[in-house]
Amino acid sequence: MKIPGFSRHPRELSGAVPAASARVNEEQWVEAARLVREHGHRIVALWGADNRDRDATFSVFAAYAVEHGLVVIELPLPGTRPAYPDLSGLFPAANRMQRALFDLLGIVAEGAEDHRPWLRHGAWSEGEFPLRRDFSGAAGVNEQERYSFVRVEGEGVHEIPVGPIHAGIIEPGHFRFSIVGEKVLRLEERLGFTHKGIDKRFEDFTIAEGHRLAGRVSGDSTVAFAWAYAQAAEALLAVVPPPRARWLRALMLERERVANHLGDLGALGNDAALAFALSQFMRLKEDWLRLNDRVFGHRFMMDRIVPGGVEASMDASQAEAMARQAHEVEGEVQTLRNVFDDHAGLQDRFITTGRVTSELARRLGLAGLAGRASAQPYDLRVDFPCEPYGELDVKKVVYKSGDVAARVNARFDELIESLRLTRAILLKAPEGEAQVELPPARPGAFGVGWIEGWRGEVFVALEAGEGNRIRRGHAHDPSWQGWPLIEHAVIGNIVPDFPLINKSFNLSYSGPDS
Amino acid sequence: MIPLLLKIVRTGIVSESPPEANDELRVNASEIEAEVLKLLGRALVIREVDAGSCNGCELEIHALNNPYYNLEGLGIRFAASPRHADMLLVTGPVSKNMERALRIAYEAMPEPKLVVAIGDCGCTGGIFGESYASCGQVSNVIPVDVAVPGCPPRPIEILRGILTAVASRSS
Repeated sequence: MKIPGFSRHPRELSGAVPAASARVNEEQWVEAARLVREHGHRIVALWGADNRDRDATFSVFAAYAVEHGLVVIELPLPGTRPAYPDLSGLFPAANRMQRALFDLLGIVAEGAEDHRPWLRHGAWSEGEFPLRRDFSGAAGVNEQERYSFVRVEGEGVHEIPVGPIHAGIIEPGHFRFSIVGEKVLRLEERLGFTHKGIDKRFEDFTIAEGHRLAGRVSGDSTVAFAWAYAQAAEALLAVVPPPRARWLRALMLERERVANHLGDLGALGNDAALAFALSQFMRLKEDWLRLNDRVFGHRFMMDRIVPGGVEASMDASQAEAMARQAHEVEGEVQTLRNVFDDHAGLQDRFITTGRVTSELARRLGLAGLAGRASAQPYDLRVDFPCEPYGELDVKKVVYKSGDVAARVNARFDELIESLRLTRAILLKAPEGEAQVELPPARPGAFGVGWIEGWRGEVFVALEAGEGNRIRRGHAHDPSWQGWPLIEHAVIGNIVPDFPLINKSFNLSYSGPDS
Repeated sequence: MIPLLLKIVRTGIVSESPPEANDELRVNASEIEAEVLKLLGRALVIREVDAGSCNGCELEIHALNNPYYNLEGLGIRFAASPRHADMLLVTGPVSKNMERALRIAYEAMPEPKLVVAIGDCGCTGGIFGESYASCGQVSNVIPVDVAVPGCPPRPIEILRGILTAVASRSS
C-alpha cells in the first residue's frame, strides 16, 4: 500500500483490510494529503489521541482511501502546543471532523478557516477536552451556546429554523434555511445533539466487548459497525475468524442492507404522498425483521458479530426460510418498482430534485450509496473485497444523475442485488466453527476495520491498552461525508422538497455525533 | 393504477391484535388519575422525542405504523408538536446536548402529561450510562410514568408500554 510519489513507505498493517500506516512529520503530513488529493482519492476519517502519558505527545490520524486500500497517516504533536496543518483546504469533508476533534481533544487545525465548535454545545466548558486523559469531567454551563450561522441578506430573504426536535420520528439536529419565497437559497446544518461521548466510553471496555458499543454508534447500521470493529480487533490480536463466521457476517450485512433499503423506499414514496408505498414496504420490512428475530434472536442482529467470529447459528431449515423469503421479496419488490416507475406524479417529484453533480460529489469526497448515485464508483465489497465478497462477484450499482430518482433507483438495484447475494451466501456458506478464542492483546497494538454498510463506508480504528482494555477507539460513520452534500443538494429546490431530499440520503445523526 | 390496486387487494389486511397492558412497566404509580385516563380512552396523541438514542429505538417506533401493528387503527397517532400531544415517547440516554430541548418539549405539553421512556438507555442510561455527554436515563431529566426495557424493545413491547400508560389500572 502506498501513496504514489510519497517520500515515505507506509508499513503494512495486518488484518482483513488492505491497509498500511506511517508516522510522519508535519511536512510529510501535508505532502501525503496533497498527493492523495492530486490522485483524486479521498479522506475516510480523521481522529486523534492523547499519548502524553506515554511519550508526552498528542497524535492526529488521517485515514485515506487510495488505489489499493487504506493508508493511515499519524502525525505526533508536542504535548505543550498541539497543532497540525489544516486538511479542510484540500478535503472539505475534513472541516467538521477537525472541529469535532478540537472540541474533544483540544488539538488545533492550523490554517483552517472555520473554528466554530461542532460537538461542544456547552455541556462542557471551553478549555476542557473530554478525550484528554486528565479531563476532570466537570460539567459546563449546559446552555446552548450561540452559534454563528452564516446570514443571507437581501430583499425578501428570511430564515426558517428547524429542530433540534423535528416534526416526525426522526433523530435530532438543527437546520437553518435561508429562503426567498419557497426557494431555498442556503441551508446550514448544526448537528452534534446526540453526542454521547462514545470515543471516551470505549476506554471503559475491553477489546473483546467493545463490539457492543460499536454496534450502537448508529443502530440502523449495527451489523456494519460491529463487523468493522471485529476486523479492527482481530487485526490487533492477529486472529482470523473461521470461514463460517465470515460468511454469516456477510449474510447479516446484506440482510441489514435489504431491511434499510425496504424502509427507505417506503418512506421515499410516502414523502412524495404515495402512502401505499409506505404500507407495502414496511410490511415487507416487518416480515424481514421477524425472520431475523427467529434465526438470530434479534430483529437488527445486534451483538451477533463479535471479535473472533459470530454468536449466531443457522440450521438448514432456517437457511431455507431465508432463501425462500429472499425469493418472495424479490417478486414483490419488482411489482412495487413497476408501480413506482409508472407513477407520473411520483417520478415528477423524484427526477431532478436534490441534485448532486458528480463533480461536486468528487470534490466533497462522497462515497457510499449516495456517492454511487452521483457517479462515484466506490464499493468496498467490489474494490477491496474481504472474504467472502471475493467469491460473490458483487455487481456495483452506479448512476450519474445524482438526483432523488438516482438514489431511489440505486436502492432498488442494490436491494435486488443483495437479495441475490443472500441466496448465494446461503448456498455456499461452509459448515464449521463460528468463533475462535481470543489471545490477550499486546498493549499498543493497532488495527483498523473498513466495511461497506448500506449507507456507505464504516471505519473503525482501535488501539489496545493494558489488561486487554481499549486505549483508544474511534468509529467513523459515512454520514460525516454525506451531510455537507445535503446543504448543496437543496439549493434552488423548494422547502417542501427538503424532507424528500433528506430522506433520499437518509443519513445518521447518532453516527457522526457519536 | 391497476397494478397498484391489485397489489392492495392481494395483500389484504395483515393487522394483528394489540397486546395487553402490563402493570409491571409502571414507574410512577400515582401520577395519572383513572378518570383522566377514562377521558382520554385510546384517542391518544404522541410526540416522539429522540433525546440522544442510537436510532435503533426509532426504527421500532416507526414499525408501529406498519400494517401489522396498525397504531392508527387503535386511535393512536403521532403529532408534530408537543402542544398537541398527550404523551411524550422518549428514547435515548438523554444527551447533555438534548437535555434542554427535552425539557422544553415536556413543558410545552398540556396537562395531564404522560411520559413513556423507551429502551434500555431510556430506562437506565443503557450502554452509554452517565458521562460528560450523557444525563443517562430519561427520568433524570423529566418525570416518567412507564419505562419499556429492551435494546431496542420489539414494537409489540413498545405498544404494550403505550397501552399500559393509558389503561385504567385494574386495581
